[in-house]
Amino acid sequence: MTRTWNNRAWFMVFPVLALVAFNAIIPLMTVVNYSVQETFGNNLFFFEGVKWYEEVLASSRFHAALWRQFLFTGTILLIEIPLGVAIALAMPRSGPWVSVCLVLMALPLLIPWNVVGAMWNIMALPDIGLLGHTLRQLGIDYNFTRQPGDAWFTIVLMDVWHWTSLVVLLAYAGLRSIPDAYYQAARIDGASHWSVFRYIQLPKMRRVLTIAVLLRFMDSFMIYTEPFVLTGGGPGNATTFLSIDLVKAALGEFNLGIAAAMSIIYFLMTLLVCWIFYTLMMRGQDQ
Amino acid sequence: MDIAWMAWTWQTAAFFAFIAVLLAGMTLWELVSPGGAPRHGVLGLDTTRGDRLFISLLGSAFIHLGWLALIDTPLWGASIVSVLFALAVFRWV
Repeated sequence: MTRTWNNRAWFMVFPVLALVAFNAIIPLMTVVNYSVQETFGNNLFFFEGVKWYEEVLASSRFHAALWRQFLFTGTILLIEIPLGVAIALAMPRSGPWVSVCLVLMALPLLIPWNVVGAMWNIMALPDIGLLGHTLRQLGIDYNFTRQPGDAWFTIVLMDVWHWTSLVVLLAYAGLRSIPDAYYQAARIDGASHWSVFRYIQLPKMRRVLTIAVLLRFMDSFMIYTEPFVLTGGGPGNATTFLSIDLVKAALGEFNLGIAAAMSIIYFLMTLLVCWIFYTLMMRGQDQ
Repeated sequence: MDIAWMAWTWQTAAFFAFIAVLLAGMTLWELVSPGGAPRHGVLGLDTTRGDRLFISLLGSAFIHLGWLALIDTPLWGASIVSVLFALAVFRWV
């Protein structure tokens, strides 16, 4: 039997292609162009080859920002994923409290990023902020504007507050999709709570947790607004993550070539991690 | 239309033209032999030839960056390694 191809459907894709071309492909091409040139403004460019890439790859500043970025992403993933699963497990499976819990969980996700940064900035102020003042009353020498450890603590706490809900909602959706028959079989076998979690709930949540890890990795890897509003990358460079460093290079120092080379390296890393997660997710789905 | 702000150079234009030619070639290949030639490769992944091109291109980018970081210019060595890598990916992955 011969197959009839109807290629008219491709015309439906053109609007999306045009949109992607304008908001992704053309800017990306421009960044690639900038990454091999030097400019002093007025659209005057001088070809430099791969000089900016060499500088970025050898730059201790870039290495430090990259290390901080991975440290931050690893830290929040290690906290948010187990915490999100634990909260999802503790949430009621039926009854009127389900809606209350879901709304409470969704609230932090509705707050704009810059507002979250401003809120936590005010709350963490050592003299008048609720968090800062309380910690100081407890005898802890807390000052996120001066001490790097305190700045990190505040940023991690802020991110956990803002984004654990996403993991909770995804994990809860995964838990709700498990048929009761699994739990009944586990009860008949006399399975412990841990066995039910290890052999029923965790495998069944695998897909949503992969999505949660992917989303949280990408978001935290590209985080900019919240730490920028909260600490501005300081004290010193203690919380200068890749995106903050990139904006400093591009807008603060007008080093367009270096910033473009950094952007391309940043983009490639993000693309690689996306691909790895996507592949894992698809493999999980096939299995 | 003034596109001076895009700061084109012949080198970057050639690079993007190369990518466009690759994509056009893949489209032709798909028309000649539809289905994407899916297979289970040595990495334990199910890949189509589009996946294999993506892996080759992404891998090539990292090979060039690694070469710059560890060995320095010129980059011809990295390009040769990338071609060999792409051939290996299309053969075994």
